[in-house]
Amino acid sequence: MTNHWVDIKNADLVLIMGGNAAEAHPCGFKWVTEAKAHNKARLIVVDPRFTRSASVADVYAPIRAGTDIAFLGGVISYLLANDKIQRDYVINYTDASFIVREDFAFNEGLYSGYNAEKRAYDKTSWEYEIGADGFAHTDPTLAHPRCVINLMKQHYSRYTPEMVERVCGTPKEKFQQICQMISSTSTTTRAMTIMYALGWTQHSVGSQMIRCAAMVQLLLGNIGVSGGGMNALRGHSNIQGLTDLGLLSNSLPGYITLPFDREQDYEKYVAVRSQKPLRPNQMSYWQNFQKFFVSLQKAWWGDAATAENHWGFDYLPKIDKLYDMLQVFDLMDQGKMNGYLAQGFNPLAAAPNKAKMTAALSKLKYLVVMDPLVTETSEFWRNFGVHHDVDSSKIQTEVIRLPVSCFAEEDGALVNSGRWLQWHWKGAEPPGEARTDIEIMAELYTRLRKLYQLEGGAYPDPILNLSWRYIHPNKPTPEELAKEYCGQALTDLLDPKDPTKVLRKRGEQLAGFGELRDDGTTLSGCWIFCGAWGPNGNLMARRDNADPTGIGQTLNWAWSWPANRRVLYNRASCDTNGKPFNPERMLVAWNGKQWIGSDTPDYKVDDDPSLGVGPFIMNQEGVARFFARGNMVEGPFPEHYEPFESPLGYNPLSRNEPRAVSNPAARIFKADRDALGSAAQFPHVATTYRLTEHFHYWTKHVRLNAITQPEQFVEIGTALADQIGVAAGDRVRVSSNRGHIEAVAVVTKRIRALNIDGKTVHTVGIPIHWGFTGLARPGYIANTLTPFVGDGNSQTPEFKAFLVKVEKV
Amino acid sequence: MSDMTRRQFLAITGSTLAGSSLALLGFSPGQALAEVRQFKLSRATETRNTCPYCSVSCGLLMYSLGDKAKNATQSIFHIEGDPDHPVNRGTLCPKGAGLIDFVHSPNRLKYPEYRAPGSDRWQRISWDEAMERVARLMKQDRDANFIAKNADGQTVNRWLTTGMLAASASSNEAGYITHKVIRSLGVLAFDNQARV
Repeated sequence: MTNHWVDIKNADLVLIMGGNAAEAHPCGFKWVTEAKAHNKARLIVVDPRFTRSASVADVYAPIRAGTDIAFLGGVISYLLANDKIQRDYVINYTDASFIVREDFAFNEGLYSGYNAEKRAYDKTSWEYEIGADGFAHTDPTLAHPRCVINLMKQHYSRYTPEMVERVCGTPKEKFQQICQMISSTSTTTRAMTIMYALGWTQHSVGSQMIRCAAMVQLLLGNIGVSGGGMNALRGHSNIQGLTDLGLLSNSLPGYITLPFDREQDYEKYVAVRSQKPLRPNQMSYWQNFQKFFVSLQKAWWGDAATAENHWGFDYLPKIDKLYDMLQVFDLMDQGKMNGYLAQGFNPLAAAPNKAKMTAALSKLKYLVVMDPLVTETSEFWRNFGVHHDVDSSKIQTEVIRLPVSCFAEEDGALVNSGRWLQWHWKGAEPPGEARTDIEIMAELYTRLRKLYQLEGGAYPDPILNLSWRYIHPNKPTPEELAKEYCGQALTDLLDPKDPTKVLRKRGEQLAGFGELRDDGTTLSGCWIFCGAWGPNGNLMARRDNADPTGIGQTLNWAWSWPANRRVLYNRASCDTNGKPFNPERMLVAWNGKQWIGSDTPDYKVDDDPSLGVGPFIMNQEGVARFFARGNMVEGPFPEHYEPFESPLGYNPLSRNEPRAVSNPAARIFKADRDALGSAAQFPHVATTYRLTEHFHYWTKHVRLNAITQPEQFVEIGTALADQIGVAAGDRVRVSSNRGHIEAVAVVTKRIRALNIDGKTVHTVGIPIHWGFTGLARPGYIANTLTPFVGDGNSQTPEFKAFLVKVEKV
Repeated sequence: MSDMTRRQFLAITGSTLAGSSLALLGFSPGQALAEVRQFKLSRATETRNTCPYCSVSCGLLMYSLGDKAKNATQSIFHIEGDPDHPVNRGTLCPKGAGLIDFVHSPNRLKYPEYRAPGSDRWQRISWDEAMERVARLMKQDRDANFIAKNADGQTVNRWLTTGMLAASASSNEAGYITHKVIRSLGVLAFDNQARV
């Protein structure tokens, strides 16, 4: 979230799209109710199903799963055509006036530079015109035809209300009513918040759906303001924290990326990431990259990370390609992986195409599962009848299962969706011999270190030299680890302005990432968390819920990254003179000497507004980008592409370009392309989701939840039920080209048939929560059905739009 | 009243309710109060936590019995929303309201277990055996398949034949040490639930 849960109460308009907060995030949804009750807010819900979020909305519109870019592109077109934009904001705080290179082009769904064979673009032309001084050309009058905003106008002019209706199935009048409501927040005094979740991420164009919505918010001036923002409602209690800590194949902590093979030269690795400003006077904060990187290397390799060995640069693996989950399971299915460790993650249930997953796991030599519960993954080798029919004797994988503590049995911090790091405390011992994840990983490390010390082996240096300063090597405490990822001085740090003054003593915790250095005198395992455990102790454990301004900032409750800032980009809530656009909901303001307010300014605290430093300090431009340049694989502007399994089989927006039916730059492996189904065989659009009563694949092990929602079901609309002769309570078989499940049919008016380009399309709703282990009645894993293809950028699987057929059993 | 702690408040309301209903049954209140057991929460240990499910991060109060004496084992018997928490203000959803049954689920794992190739059952093993085996399997695979240089002779120092998926509800501290250990081995096939 750019903002945070409580801030939703400040919204004038709430758009829930690509999510269903009322059911998946019930206690967070309360803040929508609060905004409606006490801030006269209105709620819009756009969803294939009439969800519980929709049931309390002022306006609900149906949409075909997977077509959100067509809808949002239509909104952009409406705002630009009717001049419903916050003009000062768009001109000063976005790249609207930047001039794009002459050779950039878009035609029939494809951008310039496409290579069909590689399914990838040469992105050279996706760039601003850059002058000899290294700065981008702009035209503040917006008259130049290749100004970003003019290219946008042209691009989205194709997204007419009629086109939205054809592609999305959303009635034109309903769409226009929503556009009109959204456009009301283009004034400086009204804000809209957008709340989304996996209904946007789990598509082959998921990242671009989210970008498209962010563009709507930028046009309206709704980013960086109280009651506004792009608010991702994350699905698990600490995936925000684990993402921040870089537990992804190509990442390091704090959104630092690993080097590619071609980056053999450390200086070049640093130079590419220390991005220089693209406009005069801009902060471009990533220029400090080396301070973050060196401090990380000092946290991991201590004294062994030296200036001479480039801070242990070669201790890090280099990447030749992305080893995301889908890539790794495909390699496993080809027999190219030997071992796998699953820590608190149940990939057999959570990854697409269960048949492929079962085959892949069966080819492993060893599998290690660490979990508090009996996951399906840990028992993939066991026969569970129709729900999991395997022959144990043919599966040669050695499996070791380790029992782990749960939340109630450990101290530590989690990061919520609003980026708050909150400390929690242990209330009991884990059952039996269960241990914490920390103890398991620590003992695994010390055993490996000992083996390498005794026997030697492949490149032992990074293992033997890993900094392990914990009092009990097999049992580091959460406190020791938290202090390490936050940051400490390794020598007395002197004030550069007055070397007689010691800023931080050796060993002292640092107050923030501004204190980090690139000479090896500081350590910080995750620079964006620096200061969370500061000189004054553990700020994550703070419990002062005072809210002196009344807008819900509670700055002394826990700690928020970065720098305890609660609303990202909050400088953009003020005009160019530093005066709040909306004084009623002031976040920050310039008082003539410094920035003050109810939040930590997202800006240098004493930078006079007249210096013209832009509010988006992490960007080289200093402003927000409509034009993504080369940062996305499929293009600088979001474009509608059909899901990989499309009920149409063509893209209505580029009817004559067969290469642009589905995302032209998304990766799909050959066997998985062959496993896609067609609308002729599988005519219905399926989408998966969560229920209020269950959490993922965990709560089927929890008696209370297993009682409230005991049996697997699927939801179909009354029109489809009539067509296939199914009554409520009948059992149905739902098949895709990859397998089938059977479940009870819930027949509902909440899912209606849609008219898509003259064709009737039915939606099938598939809750995900069942499996072959647990206290609830055994069921089929929903991901038996889903396609093995991901978003072009994030590789998040396309669980939200695929094709099935429903039949009565 | 404003000085009263939550626990005192529960103790008073608990005994008052019990006292008044006993009085209705004809007992003398003075005598009866001496007989009444204190409300269970009032002698529990209260621990602050946050919900492990979605990312709203509702504040929790966990109540356990066991007085933290050296060999007394605490057991949690009640979990409710934390009214001081600025986000959930004491509320919980149907998932969070069932948390006590997650802590005490019969499907909680208690011992390390081993499944041999081709077998259809688990066998219980010790932690020492389990960790020794895991470390040995990993070292064998790493030593056999570690890639120090790619085909072009560039230094790459990676290990691709073993991978890991990290948790979605483990703490920052667990995630941090997991990343530190796994990356020092050169693993690239490493993701967490955020990928999905």
